[in-house]
Amino acid sequence: MAMAVRVYLLLFVFLSSAIVSFSLYEDQVGLMDWHQRYIGKVKHAVFHTQKTGRKRVIVSTEENVVASLDLRRGEIFWRHVLGTKDAIDGVDIALGKYVITLSSQGSMLRAWNLPDGQMVWETSLHSAQQSKSLLSVPINLKVDKDYPILVFGGGYLHAVSAVDGEVLWKKDFTAEGFEVQRVLQPPESSIIYVLGFLHSSEAVVYQIDSKTGEVVAQKSMVFPGGFSGEISSVSSDKVVVLDSTRSILVTIGFLDGDISFQKTRISELVEDSGNAEILSPLLSNMLAVKVNKRTIFVRVGGNGKLEVVDSLSDETAMSDSLPVADDQVAFASVHHEGSKIHLMVKLVDDLDNVLLRESIQMDQHRGRVHKVFINNYIKTDRSNGFRALIVMEDHSLLLLQQGAIVWSREEGLASVTDVTTAELPVEKDGVSVAKVEHTLVDWLKGHMLKLKGSLLLASPEDVVAIQEMRMKSSGRNKLTRDHNGFRKLFIALTRAGKLFALHTGDGRIVWSMLLTSPSNSEACARPSGISLYQWQVPHHHAMDENPSVLVVGRCGSDSSAPAVLSFVDVYTGKEISSSDIAHSVVQVMPLPFTDSTEQRLHLIADTDGHVHLYPKTSEALSIFQREFQNVYWYTVEGDDGIIRGHAMKSSCAGETADEYCFTTRELWTVVFPSESEKIISTLTRKPNEVVHTQAKVSTDQDVLYKYVSRNLLFVATVSPKGAGEIGSVTPEESALVVYLIDTITGRILHRLSHQGCQGPVHAVFSENWVVYHYFNLRAHKYEVTVVEIYDQSRAENKNVWKLILGKHNLTAPISSYSRPEMLTKSQSYFFSQSVKTIAVTSTAKGITSKQLLIGTMGDQILALDKRFVDPRRTLNPSQAEKEEGIIPLTDSLPIIPQSYITHSLKVEGLRGIVTAPSKLESTTHVFAYGVDLFYTRLAPSKTYDSLTDDFSYALLLITIVALVAAIYITWVLSEKKELSEKWR
Amino acid sequence: MSNLTVLLFLSTLLFSSSFAFQSDELLLDDEEFGLEGGSHPRSPEPVTSDSPPKQTPSIRRRYSDPDLDSKIQFTLEHAFGDSDFSPAGTFSARLKTWSHGGQTLTKLRFSRNEFSDEEKYAFQTLLKGDDFYRIRLPSNVVNPPGREYVIASVRARCLPRDGLDEHIVIHMDGANILAVSYGSPGACPYPRQLKLPAKWTFNSHTILKSGEQAPRTPIFTEEILGSSENKEGEAEAPVERSFWAKYWMYLIPLGLIVMNAVTQASNMAEEQPAGSQGQAPAAIQRGSAPRRR
Repeated sequence: MAMAVRVYLLLFVFLSSAIVSFSLYEDQVGLMDWHQRYIGKVKHAVFHTQKTGRKRVIVSTEENVVASLDLRRGEIFWRHVLGTKDAIDGVDIALGKYVITLSSQGSMLRAWNLPDGQMVWETSLHSAQQSKSLLSVPINLKVDKDYPILVFGGGYLHAVSAVDGEVLWKKDFTAEGFEVQRVLQPPESSIIYVLGFLHSSEAVVYQIDSKTGEVVAQKSMVFPGGFSGEISSVSSDKVVVLDSTRSILVTIGFLDGDISFQKTRISELVEDSGNAEILSPLLSNMLAVKVNKRTIFVRVGGNGKLEVVDSLSDETAMSDSLPVADDQVAFASVHHEGSKIHLMVKLVDDLDNVLLRESIQMDQHRGRVHKVFINNYIKTDRSNGFRALIVMEDHSLLLLQQGAIVWSREEGLASVTDVTTAELPVEKDGVSVAKVEHTLVDWLKGHMLKLKGSLLLASPEDVVAIQEMRMKSSGRNKLTRDHNGFRKLFIALTRAGKLFALHTGDGRIVWSMLLTSPSNSEACARPSGISLYQWQVPHHHAMDENPSVLVVGRCGSDSSAPAVLSFVDVYTGKEISSSDIAHSVVQVMPLPFTDSTEQRLHLIADTDGHVHLYPKTSEALSIFQREFQNVYWYTVEGDDGIIRGHAMKSSCAGETADEYCFTTRELWTVVFPSESEKIISTLTRKPNEVVHTQAKVSTDQDVLYKYVSRNLLFVATVSPKGAGEIGSVTPEESALVVYLIDTITGRILHRLSHQGCQGPVHAVFSENWVVYHYFNLRAHKYEVTVVEIYDQSRAENKNVWKLILGKHNLTAPISSYSRPEMLTKSQSYFFSQSVKTIAVTSTAKGITSKQLLIGTMGDQILALDKRFVDPRRTLNPSQAEKEEGIIPLTDSLPIIPQSYITHSLKVEGLRGIVTAPSKLESTTHVFAYGVDLFYTRLAPSKTYDSLTDDFSYALLLITIVALVAAIYITWVLSEKKELSEKWR
Repeated sequence: MSNLTVLLFLSTLLFSSSFAFQSDELLLDDEEFGLEGGSHPRSPEPVTSDSPPKQTPSIRRRYSDPDLDSKIQFTLEHAFGDSDFSPAGTFSARLKTWSHGGQTLTKLRFSRNEFSDEEKYAFQTLLKGDDFYRIRLPSNVVNPPGREYVIASVRARCLPRDGLDEHIVIHMDGANILAVSYGSPGACPYPRQLKLPAKWTFNSHTILKSGEQAPRTPIFTEEILGSSENKEGEAEAPVERSFWAKYWMYLIPLGLIVMNAVTQASNMAEEQPAGSQGQAPAAIQRGSAPRRR
C-alpha cells in the first residue's frame, strides 16, 4: 500500500512538473521565441492623410489581409486576416472614418473603424452568379442623411448605407447577364450612370435614381466586334475599351444617355502594333496602353479623337491618377535604369511638366516594380510633395519620400512555400564575430541581479534590467555556430521566388536572394519557387567549405513547364551556379548517397517518366550505377486514384545522348476504385529523422520491435461524395480509408476504414506511428487516430541467449521482398478543435520524448505529448503501466491552455510547422509559417541536459567561496584551539 | 419473382451455352469449393484472356442460393522482366451480392498454369539477372480489366525454394481489387543468391484481404466516468488500512525526533553527572599535562 501511495505521489509530481514544462513564465516570453507580423503582397492601397494625427495607409493584400500601416515607420496599426476563401476585391474609405472592404466576389461588405480596426458592420449581399465585382464609394452622394456605397457583384447592384450597412436598394441584373463595368456619378445630381456590357458585345447604360434604385432611362447599343479586357474611364462621360481582337480602341461616349462608339486602330497610333493592353484605368482624359512592351500615353480629345502624347520604353509601373491642387491631376510612373529606379510624378494635362523626379538606389534582389500608389502632402514651404508606396517583384513594400526609402517591409515572407535549416559558420580563431562583452565585475553584477530575481528580492527596476540583460545575453544573435546548436539559419523560399535566411536568435534576415533564370529569356524571366533541398552539408571540411542548398524553380504554373535549378551558398547567400534544365520537374528525390565533396545525389523525375541524376558528374554517376538496382520511386496520381511504383530500367541513351537520364519501369500499382475512394492526403516520414531505439519494452518485460522503414507511405482516401466540405454528406455516404503502403513492393501493410468519417485529413508520420485528424460525421466531432506498427518477424530476437550467442538476425539486412509480419495497434480519440497542420518535434538523437505540434484553427500551436496518443492506453492501467507513464484512457484529448507554445501570439494564416533538432538532445527548433512567422525552442522533456539560463552561477560561486572560507576559518580556529589546549 | 429467376437462369444458360464446354466444367468444380487459398498445382487449363469484358461466360446463377451469388473467374497474367503480359493462371471465386448492395468475393481458388519451356528459359534469364518477375490482375473482377490492371512484382530470386513458392495477397474492396502483394511466403534476405528451382511447379498461397473497420471511438459519458469514480471510491473506502500504512510518513520523522531526543537526553543525563565530577579530572589532567612535559 505504501508503495501505491508513493507511486501516486511520484506520478503526481511527475505529471505536474510535465505540465509546467510546457509553459513559460511571463518574463520568459521573447527570450527564445520571436514572432514577425506580415500582411502579404499589396493589391490595393488607400491613403488617409488629410487629417492631422497619425498618417496611415490602408492596404489589402493577396493573403486576404486588410491592414492599416503607419506611413512614418511602416508598422502595422491593425490588421485583419480574412479567411482563405474570402479574397478581397476592393477597399476604400467611406465617411472619412470607415474602411470599407468588399470580398468573396462581391458578396461580403464590411466596414472597419479607421483608427482602431474594430468592425463596425458587416453585410452579406445576395449573389446569384459568378461575376466580377466592383466597389464604388461615391464621394458626395447623399440620400436622406445616408451615404450609399454602390456594390456590384454576383449579378446584383446594391446600394448599401455607409452608416450602418443596411441595404438601401438592390437591382437585379442576373436575368440579362449584365456586367457592370463602371459606376459614374455626375456631380450635383442624384442620377447615377451605370455602364456595363451585355455578353461583352453590347454596351448598356442605365440611369438609376440613387434614392430609390429605379431605372430612369436605359440605352444600349451593340458593338459587333465585341469588347475585351479592362475599361478605362477618361472623363465623366467617356470610357475607352479594347475590342475583342485587342487591336482597336473603342471610345464609348454616353453623353446625355446616348451611346456613341468611335473606333481607332492602334496601328494608326503606333507603327508596330501588336496585342494591346490598357494599363492603369483611372487617368483622366488620358489613357495608358501597353503595346509591344512599350507604354504609350493617349490623350482623348473632346470630340473623342485619340492622339499619342508620349511613350515610354521598358517596363514601367504606373499609379492611378491623383488630384492635386488647382483642378490638376497627377500620376506617378516608376521605371528601372541599372540598379536605380526613377520615380516621376507628372501632370496629366501637361506631360512635360514633371512635378517630381527622384532616382533611388534599389537592391537588385527586389526585382522590378510591380505597383505604385502615390499620395501628396503639403511641404513645409507650402508646395506639393509626393510620397509613393511601391510593391516590388519580391512582394516587398517600400515607401519612397524625398528621394529615399523611408521604410520597407519584406512581405514576401508572408507566402513561404518551403523551409529548410542550415548551420552557421564555425567560429574561427581571429574571426571573432563578437568579443566577450563582459568584464568580470559586470558578469558578477549580472548574476547578483539574477540571484535577487530568483530570491524574489528584485525591485521593478531590477526586473527590467534582468529582462534587458536576458534579451542581450550570451550572444544569441551571433553569426557563428554555438556549442548547443541553438543558433541556426532557417532558409525560407517564398512564392515570389525569393530566398531568405532567417537567424534563429532574433529572426532577422541575414541575407536574401531573388531567384533568376540564368538565360534571362522572355518566357522565363522570373521563375517561381517550388521547393528547397539540402544540397551540400560539409562535415569533413566544415571549416573551409560552405554548405549549399538546391532551389527548384519553375517558369510558369504548369507542371510541364521547364524548370530552373539554382545552387545557393548558405553562408553568403550568393548563387554558386544556376542552370536552366531542359526537362520539367515533377518530383525531386534526394538520394541517401553523397559524393566525395559531400554533395547529395538527387533524382528529378519529369513528365515523360524519365529521371535525371544531379549533380551531373561522372563520380555521381558511378555512385548511382552501383546502387542502380536498389533505387525505387513512386508516383501518386491523385486525380486518377492510382499509386505507381517504379524502378530504374536503363540509361535513356536511345532517345537522348544524355547519360544522366534514365528510363524507368513500372513495378506495382495500387488502383483505388474511382467510385468509392479518392486520394486526399499522402505522407511519408521525414527522410532525416533519427530513431533512437528500434525496440519498445512494455511493462510485462516484453519487447516489441518498431517497424521502422523509410519506405512507408501513408495514404488517406474518402468517398468522392465526401471530398467536399464537412457536413455536405450524410454519415452513410462517406467513409475514410487509410492505408500504409510499402513503396518498394506496393504491399498494403495496413488498411483501416472509418465509416461515416470525412476529411480533410491532417497527418503526421514519425518513427513507426502515424497520427491523423479527421471529422467524424456520426459523432459530430473531430477525431484523432494513432496507428503504430510493430515488426513481428523480429519478435524471436527477444531471447537473451540468442543475443549472447550471436544467433539473432538483428544485423541482417532487411529486405522489402521478405514477407512482412505486422502488428498494428490503433486507437481513436476525440479532439475538440479543427486543425490546420500537424508536426512532430525532432531531436538530435531521438531519445527525448516527442510532442505533437498541432496548428489549431485559431492559428496557435498546441504541444501535445505523444503519451496522450498511445494505443496502449487503457481505461484502468495496471500498476506497472502507470509506472511506465501510461495515462488512463479518456475519450478526448486534453487541451491544456498552458501548452500553447505560441502563448498569447497568433501565427495568422498558419500553413506549416517545421521542426529541426539542435545539438543539445533535449531541445528542438520549431518554426511556424503562414502570414506571420513564429519561432521558438522547445524542450519536450525539459532541458535535462543543460542548466537553464536562469541558473545562478553567482549563488553557486558564492556558496563555494563561503564554504571554502568557512572550512579555512574553522580549520584555523581548531588549530588554534588545539594548540592552546596542548600548551595548557 | 421465381418466374423471373427462372427466366434469368434460362437466359444465362442459353447465353453460356453459346460459349462452348468450358464453363460447365467449372461448375463441377463448384462442388468441392471450401478449400480456400489452398495450393492447387494443376494441369494448365485453356483460359481465354480475350473473353468479352461485360458478360463473362462463367457468370451463372445457382438455384439453391437465396442471395445473388455468381461464379466468377479472372486471370492472373505474368511478365518476365520487360516482356509483355501473358496468362499465367486463373482465379475462380464466388461473388456474393448482399441485399444491401455490397459484394464480396468468397471461396477463392487458384489454378496456376505450368511454365512452358520458353517461360522456363525466360525465368532462368530473370534469375541470372536478378530481374523482376511481374504479375497483374484486373482491378475489377466483375468486368475485367476494370479501370486498370493491378500490378505487383518481385525479384525473381526470391521465389525459388524447392519448387517455386509464391504468396499472393489480394486486397479487395467489394468487387474491386485495390492491390496485390506478391512475393515469397518467407524471407528473402538481401544478398539474393542465385538458386535454380528443383521442380518447376508452383506452390501457391493465396489470401483474400479486405480492410478492417476502425473501432468506434469509445465514448465515456459523464455518468460512466462518475460511476467509475464512485466505484473506485467505494472500492477504496472499505479497504482497512493499518495505522502504520496510514501514518507512516508522520510516524517515521516522529520516531526519529523521539529517538534523537532520547539519545540527547541520555547524553545530557550522562554529561550532567560527568560534568559535575569531571572538573576534578580535568584539573588533574591540566595539572598533569605540564608534568608530562
